[in-house]
Amino acid sequence: MTHLTTTANTLVSADKLTCIREERILFDELSFSVNEGEIIQIEGPNGAGKTSLLRILAGLSRPYAGAVFYQGEDITRCRDEFNENLLYLGHLAGVKSELTAEENLNFNLRLSGYDQFNSGEILAKVNLKGFEEALAGHLSAGQHRRTALARLWHTNCKIWILDEPFTAIDKRGVAELEQLFLEHAASGGCVILTTHQDMGLIKDERLRKLKLEYRFI
Amino acid sequence: MKRGISYTQAFATVLKRDLKIAVRHRGDIFNPLLFFVMVVTLFPLGIGPEPQVLTRIAPGIIWVAALLASMLSLERLFKADFVDGSLEQMLLSPQPLYLTVLAKVLAHWILTGVPLILVSPLLAVLLHLEENSYGALMSTLALGTPVLSLLGAIGVALTVGLRKGGVLLSLLILPLYIPVLIFATSAIDAAGMNLPYDGQLAIIGAMLVGSLTLAPFAVGASLRVSTN
Repeated sequence: MTHLTTTANTLVSADKLTCIREERILFDELSFSVNEGEIIQIEGPNGAGKTSLLRILAGLSRPYAGAVFYQGEDITRCRDEFNENLLYLGHLAGVKSELTAEENLNFNLRLSGYDQFNSGEILAKVNLKGFEEALAGHLSAGQHRRTALARLWHTNCKIWILDEPFTAIDKRGVAELEQLFLEHAASGGCVILTTHQDMGLIKDERLRKLKLEYRFI
Repeated sequence: MKRGISYTQAFATVLKRDLKIAVRHRGDIFNPLLFFVMVVTLFPLGIGPEPQVLTRIAPGIIWVAALLASMLSLERLFKADFVDGSLEQMLLSPQPLYLTVLAKVLAHWILTGVPLILVSPLLAVLLHLEENSYGALMSTLALGTPVLSLLGAIGVALTVGLRKGGVLLSLLILPLYIPVLIFATSAIDAAGMNLPYDGQLAIIGAMLVGSLTLAPFAVGASLRVSTN
């Protein structure tokens, strides 16, 4: 850990991560650290390993070599503390189509440990007012996505790892999300995301970009 | 934004959610039960209606059918959650995975095991089961079916990531079911002959306690491997 530049406000750091999928090296010896207040966009063409990297950072996949550290400790050794501070949304939304939008949100929030919240209010923030009782399976793709994203409006997790959060979201929704990311960063959190969309509100100087190249070997 | 719900609340949350989803998907509850009833009713038709023969093989038929029905229903334990990404969220939640897994398995048992226990005396009448065997039949099913769900959960957790895990699942799980089958049918036989059967029950009970305490850990670890 000594060779990594970590400071007191480093939340997550990757140490020499190597990922191999289908006998192809996606990235090797990738090291970086994410500090409080940073918004990081992981860029790269399809198949470059963006999702794999996010899953490794969240602790869902194991890297071929290397490790991820949360406040200086290996995440496999402090999983509970890390999970307590992590909000991960993969490209699968984790929304049950048999449950209503409200039931989905309630379950997700309670699973994260929140006890008191007003789910109607939170759903209104993602423009789902009036759809509380609708089965998620009957919602449109964008509304389905919003049901999952609603959690972002009621959380005190510092680390947000979001895989393509803007998929199927309309322009106004994207702007609202960007605004939320900026507020989150300003209050000491960090956002790690992948997207192919241009972000209007989050200017380039505010954003740190991490490029993954498509490798053929 | 206060955080912190008790373990009981977390357990109840997962349990309620799974029950609610199953109720809205009724086929999932009735399929295994229907399978159980059909398999058992087919035996007298195939073998013939002589009471002595049926009485002799009744415990075996009911228990084998229960094993197969429980295996048939296992797939739905984690598959849907795996496909829509909810499983990832459960793995990443701050709640202990042990509790989440236990709640899911309990929900599965309530939906598939309990109806099976309730309908079995009816089927036992159909098979001319010895009159003094009913108590043993019910108690072995009550103690044994949770073991089936718990052990089965390990197999499903290991195969949930595979596209066609069905055959592999039965190969993995059926050998583990054999001890339950042996002790359960032997208890019912003993009861039929008016012999004490507490020994067999105690062993099935021990299996239940063992799998209740250990299986969720194995399931959790397998789920982490499967989502890797």
